[in-house]
Amino acid sequence: MEQAVPLSTGQLAVAASLIVINGVISLLLRLGLERRLALAAVRTVVQLWLIGLVLKWIFEADQWYIVIVLMLVMTLIAGGAAVRRTGRRYPGIWLDSVISMWASSWLILAVAIFAIVQVPQRGLSWYQPQYTIPLLGMILGNTLNGISLGLDRLGEELTTKRDQVETLLALGATRWEAARAAIQQAVRTGMTPIINSMMVVGLVSLPGMMTGQLLENADPSEAVKYQIMIMFLIAAGTSLGTVGVVLLGYRRLFTPDHQFLPGRLVKRR
Amino acid sequence: MPTEPTLLQARNIARRHPDGLRWLLQDVSLEVPAAGRLSIAGPSGSGKTLLLRALAMLDRLEGGEVRWKGRPVGRDGIPQFRRAVLYLHQRPALWDETVEAALRAPFSLAVHNRGQFDRGRVVRLLEHLGRDESFLAKRSADLSGGEMQIAALLRAVQLDPIVLLLDEPTAAVDPQTAAAVEELLVDWVGNSSDERALVWVTHDAEQARRVADTTLHMSNGTIRDGTSSTA
Repeated sequence: MEQAVPLSTGQLAVAASLIVINGVISLLLRLGLERRLALAAVRTVVQLWLIGLVLKWIFEADQWYIVIVLMLVMTLIAGGAAVRRTGRRYPGIWLDSVISMWASSWLILAVAIFAIVQVPQRGLSWYQPQYTIPLLGMILGNTLNGISLGLDRLGEELTTKRDQVETLLALGATRWEAARAAIQQAVRTGMTPIINSMMVVGLVSLPGMMTGQLLENADPSEAVKYQIMIMFLIAAGTSLGTVGVVLLGYRRLFTPDHQFLPGRLVKRR
Repeated sequence: MPTEPTLLQARNIARRHPDGLRWLLQDVSLEVPAAGRLSIAGPSGSGKTLLLRALAMLDRLEGGEVRWKGRPVGRDGIPQFRRAVLYLHQRPALWDETVEAALRAPFSLAVHNRGQFDRGRVVRLLEHLGRDESFLAKRSADLSGGEMQIAALLRAVQLDPIVLLLDEPTAAVDPQTAAAVEELLVDWVGNSSDERALVWVTHDAEQARRVADTTLHMSNGTIRDGTSSTA
């Protein structure tokens, strides 16, 4: 089997020059996006180039603690990024996001490594970075979506339906009964994108990992099997992370005395 | 006057403004006896609404406590307590499709699961307020402010609370209906073998005289004085 054609720096430069298309569109339509486009282009190159170096070093070092540290850093960044996209925040939201991100993605990763792919049974070390890093990355990237959408919707629902929540409590509802509609809506919103992408995967989109394997001349039926597994890992991770963060948020916004604390929800900026 | 047992009691309750500098409620004590009709008067922003909310234990307090029949209310007992001490918001929230759906909804809550929506009883209450059965079929979204207050009041009364905490319940209704509401609620307290009481926040001194046997005056988060006007 032959490897994918290696790309030279010159070939990459040609690819990168395609950003000019975006720039021209921005100028013609006066979108004012030129600066952000330039920054995005530079970040894409620098971040990927750096992670390439880091991964090369990690693969060669082959030490469990280095892999764990990288996984922790990835998890922290994802947890923070999820909060950055929310419209309303409450004290403790960062911790809630990181905890949900960490617990859901690492649990699903463990299931994948130990129970599904069974990496250690293949004579490889359990932390084998070729498996742990990309799998975790894909779970995190999608869980991030679920957590940020779920948190954002929870804050929005509880703000717009504040009178309803307050009335339910006054009528004798427990805090759970008063919050249930908002919680359901938030979890549903967080889970929608992954369900949508499961609906169209293979028809509209060829996922990145599968594309990579195909470029590497992998047997398409093998690449598909991996992709099926990954879709289910992502779906499970996203729903666990979303439910987790919504429940943690609920506990911060409702006291055990069945009181609602809308004052804790602060609109960003 | 025979002394009735105290139902609801606030002891030195205090609530701080979120900025931490001012007090929204400070050292407020009051007692609501069975068959008592208390009104609370005072300028806007004096803490009347916050006092009612505090009595229903809807807000966290920085000091003091609320007692029910002489005892503090435990955490797990709070939904049951609010079933007995029912607070009516000044701005009613009705989110169900129709008035009837809004009136049925509370019975799906755990504390009300022994109760059941009693259409005949609600229709009798409606007639008392100059409305009829067709009111139940109205869409919540089409209700006027006054109609929303009526619907919210019915939703509360049909749940058989023991103490009603009313936050300007007739602020948006027409004078004729307001008089009917006053009569209905005074009767509700007086003409019943059950222990009942009400606390009524109103701006209207005349209304306070009509509905209450005692009026408390609030300013700057404290109770200034109480006047008794028992007939």
